[in-house]
Parts: sequence; C-alpha cells; structure tokens
Amino acid sequence: MTYLDELENKTIYIVREAYARFKNIGLLWSMGKDSTSLLWIIRKAFFGKIPFPVIHIDTGFKFREIYEFRDKYAEKWGLNLIISRNEEAFREGMNPEKGRFECCNALKTEALKITLKERDLKALLLAIRRDEHGIRAKERYFSPREIDFKWNYRDQPPELWDLYKSKIGAEQHFRIHPMLHWTELDVWKYVQRERMPAVGLYFAKKGKRYRSIGCERCCASVKSSADSIKKIVWELEVTKIAERSGRSQDKENSYTMQKLRSLGYM
Amino acid sequence: MGMKAKKETIKIVIIGHVDHGKSTLIGRLLLETDSLPKGKIEEIKKISRKFGKDTELAYLADQLKEEREKNATIDTTQIFFKTRKKRFVIIDTPGHVEFLKNMITGASLAQAAVLVIDVNEGVMEQTRRHAFIASMLGIDKIVVAFNKMDLVGYEEKKFNEVKNELYVFFEGLGVKPLFMIPVSVREGVNIGGRSSETIWYKGPVLTEALEALKSDSRDAKKPLRFPVQDVYEIGGEKIIAGKVASGIVKKRQKVVFLPSFKGAEIKDIRIFKKYGKRKALPGENIGLILEQFFPVKRGEVIVQADDPQKGVNRFRGNVFWMSKEPLQVNKTVTLRCATQEVACIAEKIEKRINTSTFDLMEKDANELKLNEAGVVVFKTEKPVVIEKFSFIEELGRFVIERGYDLQGAGVIV
Repeated sequence: MTYLDELENKTIYIVREAYARFKNIGLLWSMGKDSTSLLWIIRKAFFGKIPFPVIHIDTGFKFREIYEFRDKYAEKWGLNLIISRNEEAFREGMNPEKGRFECCNALKTEALKITLKERDLKALLLAIRRDEHGIRAKERYFSPREIDFKWNYRDQPPELWDLYKSKIGAEQHFRIHPMLHWTELDVWKYVQRERMPAVGLYFAKKGKRYRSIGCERCCASVKSSADSIKKIVWELEVTKIAERSGRSQDKENSYTMQKLRSLGYM
Repeated sequence: MGMKAKKETIKIVIIGHVDHGKSTLIGRLLLETDSLPKGKIEEIKKISRKFGKDTELAYLADQLKEEREKNATIDTTQIFFKTRKKRFVIIDTPGHVEFLKNMITGASLAQAAVLVIDVNEGVMEQTRRHAFIASMLGIDKIVVAFNKMDLVGYEEKKFNEVKNELYVFFEGLGVKPLFMIPVSVREGVNIGGRSSETIWYKGPVLTEALEALKSDSRDAKKPLRFPVQDVYEIGGEKIIAGKVASGIVKKRQKVVFLPSFKGAEIKDIRIFKKYGKRKALPGENIGLILEQFFPVKRGEVIVQADDPQKGVNRFRGNVFWMSKEPLQVNKTVTLRCATQEVACIAEKIEKRINTSTFDLMEKDANELKLNEAGVVVFKTEKPVVIEKFSFIEELGRFVIERGYDLQGAGVIV
C-alpha cells in the first residue's frame, strides 16, 4: 500500500465506523479541498451512494465560485444536500464588521446548532486536519460534544488504536474527524492522484491564489504562480507560509480559534 | 523538486517525566529541521514575552492557553515534519500523572518512542510509568534523550551514570533502547547537528537516530482475519464491509464465519470503481460479496475454511486501568476487540502491579485501580476471536468499557 492508500484506508474505516454506530449522521461540506476529499472518500466507503445528508453551513458570504461548485457536484454526485443557515442572524444583519468572532459564531456555529436539532443528528463528520492549526492538533477522531456544543478540551476521553468511543448521553453529539491524520500536502497529492475537481480559487490568477477558502471577506490570497494541481503540490513541498495565514479567525489573537472551537466551531 | 521520492513515514511518541523537556524537544526539532512556517518563531517570541520568558519552544506543541499558562502539556498533540530521508509524525504527551489517559491515547498510535530524561533528576515516577506503558503497548523501538546536559557542564561521567541507571531499568522491562543520546534541548546540542560540547560522544544525534528508525510492515503471510464492520444493501446486493486485519482474502476463497461456524465462498471483492479485484491485503478496507448470502452481523470474524481457529470464552490479558472507578472481579463490563463487542467479567485479577515501581502489589486481587496494571482473566458471555498482540495486533488489543466510558485497555500476550 502507498502512503496515500494508508491515509485513505484509515479514513474509510473511521467513516464506516461512524455509520455503523449512528445511522443519523451528516457530513459538513464547505466545498474546500479537505471536505471535498472527505466526501470523495465517503463515496468510496459506501460504493458511490452516500447514505446520509451532506450539510453546507451557508454564511451567505462565500465566494461565488464556491456556490457554483456546490450546486454542480451536489447534482452530479446525487447528494442529499442540506443548506444550513442562521436566518435570524442574517435578518439582523450579522457580518464580519460586527466582529469576526461574533460573526463566525453566529453564522457558522449557531447555524449548525439549528440544523443538528432539526435533523436530530447524532454525529457530524468534519474534515479538519491536525496540521492546520495547533488547536485542531489536539483533537480526537471521535470527539463528544455537550448539549450546548461545548468541547471539553481539558478532559477528553482516551482513544486507543482504532477502538473509538461510541457511547454518549442522549443530549450529546459526536464530532468525527476522519481526516485528522492528513496534511495539506497529502490532500493535494490525493486530489491529484484521484483527478478530483477543486474550486477555481485555489489556482493562481495574476500571481495570487487562495490556500484556504471560506467567506469572501475573511479570506486573503497568497502570492503564488501555482495555476495547476501539479504546481500546487510543488509549491507545498517547499513553502514556508502557513496554510491558514490568510484566514482572519486564526489570527486576531492567538486564542480566537481555541475560543471558537470550545464553543462548538468547526 | 517534483521527484517521486518514496519516503517512509514513522510515528514517534515523546514520553518522560514532567518538566524533563518533551514539548521543548519537539519545538527544537521543528526549529532545527527548518520545519516552521514563516513568522511562527516571531509569534512564539511574542507570546513568550507576555508570559515573561525568553523564546519558549514548548509553545510550538503546547497550543492551549491553559497549557501555556501552567507551562505543562494537558493533552496529546501531533506534529508533522520531514527530513530529506523520512517523514515523521511526532506525538507529544503530557507528563503529569492526572493526564495519563491522554498519554496513552498518543502512545497507542506510535511505532517508536523517544524517552526524554533530565540527567539531573534521573529516572522519575512518570519516566517509569511512561516506559511501562510504551512497553505494554508493544513499542520496542526506544531512543533515550538525556536532556539538560548543559546544566551538568556536558560531563561524560554524569551521562554514563544516568545511562547505567537506565540500562538496569530497561532490563527490568525487557526492552533494549536503540540509542542513548546526550542532548541539551535548550541549547540545541545534539538535536540536528553535532556539537563540540560533547566531543566524547560518538553516536548519532537525535535527527540521525530518528531517521534510522524503521516502521514495521504488515505481514500478509499470517492467517486471514476479517472482522465484519457492517453490512450494506446496495442495488439489491448485500456487501460485507470491513478491513483485512491479517492475511489475504481472495476471490473464490472458502471461508468460515466465527463464532457461528457458518461456511461461505467469497464471490467478489469490491472497491468503488476498481474493477476485477481478485485479492485484498492487510489494511485494505473492502466489501465482500458471498456466493450465497446469509444474515451476517458486525463483530463476526471471517477466517479461512481450513483454519482450525474457534472463538474462546476465557482469556488472559495485560490490562492498564484508566478510570477512577476500579475494575472489580465478577462485575459485568463490555469488552471491545476489533469490531467485536461482548459482555464480560474479570473472573480473576491474578496480579496487580504498581506501574511506577513495577512492584507486584497483590496476587488474586479484587480490584484494579486508577493507573494500575494487572494480569486479568476475562470470561466473556459469547465466544470472541482473539490472538496474541505480537501475532495479529488488531485481534490482540482490546478496551474495557462501562456505561459511556472507556475505562481500561489491554493486550493479549
């Protein structure tokens, strides 16, 4: 088995484990490279047909290209797509100018709370990776969350080998992270090997590209001439720029991400 | 650039007593192997100043605010880096006894360990406990980093003293460390490059030692074990999903389901969009189609038809207990091994062991308490398919659950 095969197989095992334990689960799909890779692997795990909903948490502020990608592949891959929005916060005019922490929390975390409750989901699959951020590096594959969504990072349950925690209280839910062991470079090598589609924003135009994509106003592009997947892989082999260097919520102060995540942010 | 270099990946856990320098060693490794993104060291400097310190390299691993405030690792973390020869996954672990479950979580995924030991303090309580756990988890590749050599003036005599103490200690565990390296994490001595401070030391520096570690490959020559993970019905077809734990599964192979003893023939091996697959190797997650389907459940184990393997109702395991609620003789708990899950009792706790002194505390005990190890005979309600950990890992390791919680972990020796 190649290195990528090992990574892929581990992810398949975790995804199947999640589904074997809880039938009412959902995948969070942001159309970014990580969650699209996870979606791709989940299609493989279930032989082409994903047996649970795919959820897009829509802040309304995403790039146009992201919406186009979503609609195209949701149809092509026959996904059961749920669009999750915090309509109330929208109506009240929430936006990044009111504070990035507040905006992420209202339009992402709170929207997710609403959908989780409406659909009575017991577990959510998320494509976070350990190498993205120091706080994500501390995660478990199967991470229990309280009714108020809080992540008790001070006292996480033990997790040994591939014998993942499977029982939680009726009020809790699981965050399941099947891509935790992948790096950014692994993901792009996988995208390349699998000939997967990727949102155009990742590819350099006029000397700039996005390393990490999300809301238009909170993502900055980086200098790059990588206009193909092959060139992105080359670039990442040597780069010294952190992947999420263009993402505002990581930066504001050192612990914004920790605070967001402890409240249930992705 | 663009070359197809096939680099091996190895997962290494960093273990050792509180404050002996585990997280700082990781920070130093990242710095010396030029693995930090731009601006990272400036960020760490800034945060360190806030806490009234010089550049605190441990903050590269300790990312939680609480960890930085208390200057201690709380939970395990994983950091990726590579050298020209190898890719590394470095697993940091907390040194405090109250976070031992987090240490075990990290260590269970490792193939090798770096034991960090402060030469001034020598072998301490968590040095022993961590080494015990690593050895119980089957980690036999151990590198010892003797840290804080700068505080003893890089004296060879002091190094040899602690080294001898450690040899005796490891002998008791039946483990032989591969490398013993004098280092100063703070000064960056013998981490990425040789230093004039320790001209008496002729062995490899830390990065060289790590590059010399080999990860074990899965052995396909062992008998087939395929624990059933789930059964899907897709397009009117029943697909048995799971991972090959050991051996090879082949098309047209005659197999038996344990513990039911039902025989079957493999009609087809399925992987999405990969057609004509004739066999699957250990670690592959596949789907199996039977010639004639009959109801199959998660937790059954597929073996070759000519394999004399049966299930067992009683087995002996080495157990580490992680819960404040003790393991008690004759009380029902849940055993999980691969996808098998059965009710069981600890019929006998033959030995109760102190994991920091390795002393036998009691024979035929009634209870196993938090952070203790034991040799336990389990009796299961239904037969389970198990193996020695050294023979087939997936079927030789297990966890014990009660209620919602995972309370103990064990291996079969």
